[in-house]
Amino acid sequence: MAAVRMRSCVLSVLLLNVFYSFVSSLYFHIGETEKKCFIEEIPDETMIIGNYRTQLYDKQREEYLPATQGLGMFVEVKDPDDKVILSRQYGSEGRFTFTSHTPGEHQICLHSNSSKFSLFAGGMLRVHLDIQVGEHANNYAEIAAKDKLTELQLRVRQLVEQVDQIQKEQNYQRYREERFRQTSESTNQRVLWWSIVQTLILVAIGIWQMRHLKSFFEAKKLV
Amino acid sequence: VFRMYGSPRVLLQVLWAQLLCGWVLGSELTFELPDNAKQCFYEDIIIGTKCTLEFQVVTGGHYDVDCRLEDPDGTTLYKEMKKQYDSFTFTAAKNGTYKFCFSNEFSTFTHKTVYFDFQVGDDPPLFPNENRVTALTQMESACVSIHEALKSVIDYQTHFRLREAQGRSRAEDLNTRVAFWSIGEAIILLVVSISQVVLLRSFFSDKKTTTTRVGS
Repeated sequence: MAAVRMRSCVLSVLLLNVFYSFVSSLYFHIGETEKKCFIEEIPDETMIIGNYRTQLYDKQREEYLPATQGLGMFVEVKDPDDKVILSRQYGSEGRFTFTSHTPGEHQICLHSNSSKFSLFAGGMLRVHLDIQVGEHANNYAEIAAKDKLTELQLRVRQLVEQVDQIQKEQNYQRYREERFRQTSESTNQRVLWWSIVQTLILVAIGIWQMRHLKSFFEAKKLV
Repeated sequence: VFRMYGSPRVLLQVLWAQLLCGWVLGSELTFELPDNAKQCFYEDIIIGTKCTLEFQVVTGGHYDVDCRLEDPDGTTLYKEMKKQYDSFTFTAAKNGTYKFCFSNEFSTFTHKTVYFDFQVGDDPPLFPNENRVTALTQMESACVSIHEALKSVIDYQTHFRLREAQGRSRAEDLNTRVAFWSIGEAIILLVVSISQVVLLRSFFSDKKTTTTRVGS
């Protein structure tokens, strides 16, 4: 009996956590057919959790109210190779999660799925957005409950997660530096070849011009 | 399994911690700002909270953007034009919605990618601390200082990543420009030299015909 009560208490705690993560966050305005994209440059095997909440401008009450049913947001996530890894429609409030499998620039795009153009009534949709990357995406209360960790163990666990993230970022940095170096070397090669080719073209054209004109003037009996 | 939540008091404190979690957040986003566009973000802040806005232009044009931060009454707290990177800390003097905008209106055809990090308040505590009034143990305070150090390492890594992305974007731009310029200049050289010869020939051909006409 007590165990059941405790379980429901823990569940409500977790639910509250999810709810309160929506409470205070950054927001921006989006037009009806507008698509807003955010870029996340992340190493591989990194988890990203995004939370959003929408509000629609009510002309009568002149304030922003929670959006009506049926007004959802379409979330599309593309990986660095432009392949779509998440493409789903959520309601007026949603939470999306994905884990990167290739390091690089991932693009998270949001647009509203409103088909009734009068719904917006010339106003804008207010979108509260919160994107947590890597270690910030971890829910420590959940981890503590699941693995039965003491306070000190949980703190050390957080440090381990942070160091993990740093290590992944360093690996990604090495890969990016290699790409940068390849681009620079290619530019170097191109500049070198171009200088040689340009000199050869100039000399060849000069010789051709003089020879051609000389034979032309000889034919015209001016030389 | 739920021995940790043996007492309802602990459970209440966990609940309280969750409540606190919602009130202090930091947002870090990278977005694309098209030419002649302005993008604004808003956040509701409680009075007395220490906030930091940091931004950096990652790619595009001359790597600069206009930034403006306003308080709920519309007073401009921070305004800079054509800045590449800046960091601004302020303490909220009023309750309400603070607005900050990035503008690319001075640019005619370059899209810019802008990164910003808006920290509001401090990070939430990891969990409730029953004996918060008493000092942390040596182990715990060591953990806290390591955590802060690692946070600043991650922060430096982010800034390094952005600088590297900027450098790489410039290098790739340079590479394409060199390629196009080489081909373009080769074509121009050939066209100009051939037309020079043709033009010269045409001068002498005309003179020849006019002299013969006059002669006969």
